[in-house]
Amino acid sequence: MAIFNLSINGKKQQIDTDPDTPLLWVLRDHFNLKGTKYGCGIAQCGACTVHVDGVAMRSCSLPISAISEQKIKTIEGLSETGDHPVQKAWLSHDVPQCGYCQAGQIMSAAALLENNPNPNDGEIDAAMNGNICRCGTYLRIKAAIKTAAKMG
Amino acid sequence: MSIIKTSIARRSFLKSSALTGGGLMLGFSWLASCQTKTEAEILAMPKEWFEINSYLKIGDNGVVTIYTPNPEFGQNVRTSMPMLVAEELDIDWKKVVVEQAPYHPKNFGFQFTGGSRGIMSRWEPLRMAGASARQMLCTAAAETWKVPLEEITTEAGTLFHKPTNQSAGYGEMASAAVGVPVPTEVKLKDIKDFKIIGTSKKNVDAQDIVTGKSMFGMDYQKEGMLIAMIVHPPAFGMTLKSVDDTEVKTMSGIKDIITIKSYPKDYQKGSFDANAFPEILAIVGNSTWQVMKAKKQLKVEWKPITASTETILGFRGDKQTKHIPAGLESTDKHRSQMEILAAKPGKVVRKDGDPTSAFKNAAKIIERTYEAPFLAHNCMEPLNAFADVRGDRAQIAAPIQIPGFVMPTLAASLGIPVENIEMELTRMGGGFGRKAYGHYVIEAALISQKINAPVKLIYTREDDMTNGIYRPTYQATYRAALDSDNNLTALHVKAGGIPESPLFANRFPAGALDNYLAEEWSADSNITIGAFRAPRSNFMAGAEQSFLDEVAEATGKDPIDFRLDLLKRAKENPVGEKNDYDAARYAGVLELVREKADWGKSQSGVHRGVSAYFCHNTYAAHILDMTMEEGKPIVQKVCCAIDCGVVVNPDAAINMAEGAITDGVGNAFFGEMTFKEGVPEKNNFHQYRMIRMGEAPKAIEVHFVENKINPTGMGEPPFPPIFGAVANALYKATGERRYRQPFLGEENVLG
Ligand code: FES
Ligand code: FES
Repeated sequence: MAIFNLSINGKKQQIDTDPDTPLLWVLRDHFNLKGTKYGCGIAQCGACTVHVDGVAMRSCSLPISAISEQKIKTIEGLSETGDHPVQKAWLSHDVPQCGYCQAGQIMSAAALLENNPNPNDGEIDAAMNGNICRCGTYLRIKAAIKTAAKMG
Repeated sequence: MSIIKTSIARRSFLKSSALTGGGLMLGFSWLASCQTKTEAEILAMPKEWFEINSYLKIGDNGVVTIYTPNPEFGQNVRTSMPMLVAEELDIDWKKVVVEQAPYHPKNFGFQFTGGSRGIMSRWEPLRMAGASARQMLCTAAAETWKVPLEEITTEAGTLFHKPTNQSAGYGEMASAAVGVPVPTEVKLKDIKDFKIIGTSKKNVDAQDIVTGKSMFGMDYQKEGMLIAMIVHPPAFGMTLKSVDDTEVKTMSGIKDIITIKSYPKDYQKGSFDANAFPEILAIVGNSTWQVMKAKKQLKVEWKPITASTETILGFRGDKQTKHIPAGLESTDKHRSQMEILAAKPGKVVRKDGDPTSAFKNAAKIIERTYEAPFLAHNCMEPLNAFADVRGDRAQIAAPIQIPGFVMPTLAASLGIPVENIEMELTRMGGGFGRKAYGHYVIEAALISQKINAPVKLIYTREDDMTNGIYRPTYQATYRAALDSDNNLTALHVKAGGIPESPLFANRFPAGALDNYLAEEWSADSNITIGAFRAPRSNFMAGAEQSFLDEVAEATGKDPIDFRLDLLKRAKENPVGEKNDYDAARYAGVLELVREKADWGKSQSGVHRGVSAYFCHNTYAAHILDMTMEEGKPIVQKVCCAIDCGVVVNPDAAINMAEGAITDGVGNAFFGEMTFKEGVPEKNNFHQYRMIRMGEAPKAIEVHFVENKINPTGMGEPPFPPIFGAVANALYKATGERRYRQPFLGEENVLG
């Protein structure tokens, strides 16, 4: 066990845990931030995507010991009232089916638009290829990303 | 909040209409905590609620809470079912708050998600619940205003007596309505008068989903809750021998290691009690990661199972004998086993005319064999369940498709009465049939009982993918007899699988041919199988529709015309009486898709495949456009026509069709589980290939046949025919027919 100081969604947090604990389980088990999902545990599905200093990362494969000063943002911290352009676009396209993959999809999409405000289809595919949606909502996800890009 | 005792009349109404009991609503307080936020929640919450029947309560300010009875796994019934109630209640949709009903069959009837039967089975009962509440409000208004009941009208949550110019909101009349006897009969609206049904309503849970609210079983949390994981045998055909837990017991955060036996001795299992691993180990600890680490360290020895025979009570009350062979099975062995069985005569399920002579006299015979592998469901939310068993009471919260089927087993395994088990139906992160098999709920409950603490059982992805209940592996051989004028004179299908046959002998093209023969076979296996989105249809549609395409080509006919000619025959002069489809509706979707996709038009480099199928009471036809880029097939567009009767929530139905089509393309291209010596050869997404965004169809267009037929299912029907559309387009694109799924074989997994 060791003490780690973290910045999660703009708040300073402290945690005493095994250094190899993945960020995913720190978020879910210790801070009760259940929006970030477990889907595979091996960086293959994207359900656990969060932003680490603005970069989309798979939290299931990121040991807590690898994080120090970096700012962590989860779906709960993406916007204060759920009105991030990506979230709004998701609502207007009524994207979700079961919804389980969607937080990860939204976090990947938000990071993409942060770096590339006007991605083309190929760039969207490339940025989103790590996020599986078993329900098959890909078309709506893509449409929502384009709408969010227009909203700026 | 006030809870109003209901009258005898209320109960008897609800009973007599087979609607479920009215009684006191259970557990209002905890339900309130999992409320869905809709626009209505922005309105001030009412000071008092008036329970009109078990499906709805009305607040003094006119807000209406509708309890949605069936569990949600992405089909969006949490929106469309309340829409049915709201329509007949005649309420402004903006004033509706949706809450998930707990498992309570007396109040909510058969609560299930499966067989694309949700909307179909709730179509009348839920509208009746809304209509009878409206009628009670009208009666209350008539009595209050002392005017004739017939003169009361309603509009969007307001009651009117136009002759005397009086009006009142539902909220104002709700308390009086509670005392009104429940009407024994209610009139339901004419389809043409619908205001809510047939208009697209946004998913009531979308806001919670996009903001990451806890809603899934996996997210369930309770004070003092421990985390548990299971360790099951590494191979089918193996069971527990012994465990050495000395080391693991000392690991940090680990509380206990226990052995679970899921079923009491001689328990009469039902068909949804399927479980290859009834004897497993569970590790219990403080946090997920600690338990996950301990799981990897646990030293377990396994031993081979012995062959056994079980009698399974089917859900229709029928009993089946199931043989579970010993041994370690492999995909290679399955293939040779299937070849041998397919070469022998099968069990004749249907025979029309004289197929033997027709084949003997044929000028030409086309014979093709289709194969498909086992498939894993791979719901994005792995299996999980929460249980808190204390003494003779249990509280469960689980993502489960058919809670009513797990309840008796749960009671027997725990040794407590069914009435002592409370179950909350959490949102499911996908189900696809997998979460109809509740062994994980039993396991969670047994763990909690043993350690006497609340516990959440979590399957790792690997546990989930290697646990079984797969879509079986199938094979079908089709033969067509053509005369010298290239007319189709006979069709023979022989289908089988491990461990079940996929055949539907009475489906199209049965009924369209004078000479028809259908045979089936199967072989026992110790690999467990279960329902997977459109069971059996999900293979038969692809095989049948690929074959018909090939026969159409041999006869020199356009593939759609060829199918329509057969359907014309089936409509005008059907062969046999048991034909399990309506030829006119079947032809209807083909005609609609032909028109919408502009079938006759050819575009250079675009290869089109057509396919149609009927299953789960709904008709679906697809035209799939494919291009080849660097030797890779790209699905440019799928145009689809569906006849599911009245479409309750059109945009949500389109979303379902898009999902089913994408899922189908993915499974046709990549879906496959294989085995070696009993071991599933894929255990996570680095090995099990799932469709990703770049491979999904670039466009999907969904059209519905407009009619006034009562609604049927949407979750499954668009899925099976897509396999045929992919196969037929691939043939056009590559000049080669594909007979074995997955069509694209091994490819790199992107991550
Ligand atoms: S859970 Fe992290 S990528 Fe799947
Ligand atoms: S919405 Fe179900 S996995 Fe994406």
